[in-house]
Amino acid sequence: MSRRQLILIAIVLLAACVLPFVVSSYRTFQLTMVLVYSIALLGLNMLTGYNGQISLGHGAFYAIGAYSAAILMDQFGWPYWATIPVAAAVCLVAGFLFGLPALRLEGLYLALATFALAVSLPALLKYHHLESWTGGVQGIVILKPEPPFDLPIDADQWLYFFTLAITVLMFWLGWNILRGRMGRAMTAIRDQHIAAEAMGIHTAMVKSMTFGISAMYTGVAGALGAITIQFVAPDSFNIFVSIVFLVGIVIGGLASISGAIYGALFIQFVPNIADAISKAAPWAIFGIFLLGFVYLMPMGVAGAVRMAVARLTRKAQNQSKS
Amino acid sequence: MEAFLHQVLAGLATGGIYASLALALVMIYQATHLVNFAQGEMAMFATYFAWSLINAGMPYWPAFLLTVVFAFFLGVVIERVIIRPVENSPVLAVVVVFIALLVILNSVTGWIFSYTIKTFPSPFPAEPIFGSYITSHQGGAIGVTLVVLLLLYLFFRFTPLGLAMRAAAQNPESARLVGIRVGWMLALGWGLAAAIGGVAGMMVAPIVFLDPNMMGGVLLYAFAAALVGGIDNPAGAVFGGFLVGVLENVLGAFVIGNELKLAVALVLIIGVLVVKPSGFFGKVLVTRV
Repeated sequence: MSRRQLILIAIVLLAACVLPFVVSSYRTFQLTMVLVYSIALLGLNMLTGYNGQISLGHGAFYAIGAYSAAILMDQFGWPYWATIPVAAAVCLVAGFLFGLPALRLEGLYLALATFALAVSLPALLKYHHLESWTGGVQGIVILKPEPPFDLPIDADQWLYFFTLAITVLMFWLGWNILRGRMGRAMTAIRDQHIAAEAMGIHTAMVKSMTFGISAMYTGVAGALGAITIQFVAPDSFNIFVSIVFLVGIVIGGLASISGAIYGALFIQFVPNIADAISKAAPWAIFGIFLLGFVYLMPMGVAGAVRMAVARLTRKAQNQSKS
Repeated sequence: MEAFLHQVLAGLATGGIYASLALALVMIYQATHLVNFAQGEMAMFATYFAWSLINAGMPYWPAFLLTVVFAFFLGVVIERVIIRPVENSPVLAVVVVFIALLVILNSVTGWIFSYTIKTFPSPFPAEPIFGSYITSHQGGAIGVTLVVLLLLYLFFRFTPLGLAMRAAAQNPESARLVGIRVGWMLALGWGLAAAIGGVAGMMVAPIVFLDPNMMGGVLLYAFAAALVGGIDNPAGAVFGGFLVGVLENVLGAFVIGNELKLAVALVLIIGVLVVKPSGFFGKVLVTRV
C-alpha cells in the first residue's frame, strides 16, 4: 500500500470516528447501516466481482446471519457481541455447502439457483415448525445494546463504533485475502478457469471456499444489521434485499474493495432522498442507475474515481515537468 | 381419493399457467441463450394494461387480444432498446440488465397503478361447467394453455416466418447468409415470449389477484418447469409446467403443507441443475474447451 493510500485511509477513519458526534442520532443509525451494507457488499463482491460467480441470493445469507444473531439473543440470552462470530460460522458453513452444488452451475444457471433461494427464503422462515425459534410472521424483536464501561456516549453511537470496529477488521481481512494467494486464485478462475486449473489451482475448492467466505461476510453484516434495526421478520428479507446488494456492487464497482463503501452509501442514502418523490421512486432510480452503469460505466464509482485520480495526477506531473 | 383427484386437477390448472410462462422463457432461451429474469414482471405489466382496459369498460375478449398485441410490442421494444446493446456482453452484465428491467417494471407499475391489491375478472363463468372437480376458470386456463401451444406449434412448423425464426435461433451465421434478418428474428422472439407471458399473467391474475409482486412465485415455478422439461425444448417446458403444478399442489396439500410450496420450486431447480442440467427432454450441452 502506498503512503498516499495510507494517509487517505487514516483520514477516512478519522472522519468516520468524528461523524457520530456531529450528526443526529438518526443519521448515526443510517451511518451504521452504511457500514453494515459495506461488509455485505464486500462479501458479494468477492464472489461476483473477483470470482465471477453471479449470486442473486445473497439476501438469503444476510437473513441467515440476522436470524442467527436474533435467535441467540432472544432464545438463549446471548450478549449481542458474542452472536457475531456464531453468525459468521453458520454462514460460512451454509455458504460452503451451497457452493458445492453451485460448482456445477455456471453463469446464468448459478444466478437462477441463487435467485430461487432468495425468493423462497421468506416462506421457509415463516414455516410453522420453526416458529418457536423464528417467531413466524411476527419475527423477533431485539433490545438495543447499551454502551459498556460507562462510556460517555449514547447507545446509537456505541453501536456505530462497535460496527465500525468490525467493519475495519473485515476490510483488513478482505484486503489480505484478496491480495494473497486466495485472491489471485479467485481472479484467475474468473478470467480463465482452464488456465487456472492448469496452473495447479484447486478450482472446486477455491470456488466453494469463496462462496463460504462471501456468505460469511454477508452473514456478519446480517447479524450487525439485525442488532442495529433491532428487529427481524421474514418479509424484510425478500428477493429485493439480494437485488439491493447487486445494485450496490454494480454501482460501487465490481472487483474493487473501496467500491463496497461507495455502493453502501448509494443504497443507504439514495432511497432516502428518492422516497420523497414516491414509494416506487427508489426502485425506479435503482433500476435506471443499474442500466446506466452497465452501459456507460461498467467499472462503477470506484473505477471512475480511479480514472479521475489517474488523470489528475498525470496532469500534475505534466505541469511540474514543463 | 376424491381429494387427491381434486388436487391433481387444480395442479393441472395452475400448471398450465406455469407452462405458458415457462414457454415464454424457453422462447427467449432458444433465441438468445439467456434466461429472462424479467419475464414475470413483463407479464405483470401486460396484465395491468388489460386491467385498465377492462376497467375503462372494454369487454374481456377484445381487451385480452389488445393486451396480447401490446405485450408483443413491449417485448420487441425491450429487446431492441435495452437488450440489444448488451447482447454480446459478459453474462453478469446481461443478468444485471434483466434485474434492472425487473425492478423498473415493478416500480413503474407500482407508481402508475399503486400497490393496492386489485381483483381481476375471469372470462369463464362462475358456475362449474366441467363437473364438480374443477372450477371453470381452472378448466379454462388449461384450455387456453393448450390453444397457445397449438398456435405456436402451427406457427413454427408451417409458416415461413416461423421457419426463419427457427433458423435464426439454430444457426445465426448461416441464417444471415441466406438473407434472414437475425436481429429482427430475435426481437420477434422476444415479442412472442412477452405475448405468451401476457396470456399467463391474465390467466393467473384472477387466482393470485393483481399486484406488482404477483409474479414472483409464478416465475419461480416457471423456471422450475422450464428446467425440468429441458430449457431448450418448448414441449418439454409445457410438460414441466403441468408436472410442477401437480407436484406443487399435491405435495402442498398432503405432504409438506402450503407454507413450503415455494421450497418445492427451489428444490426442483437446484436438483435438476445439479443432477440433470438438460432436464427430461433438453439437449445435452457439450462445450469444447
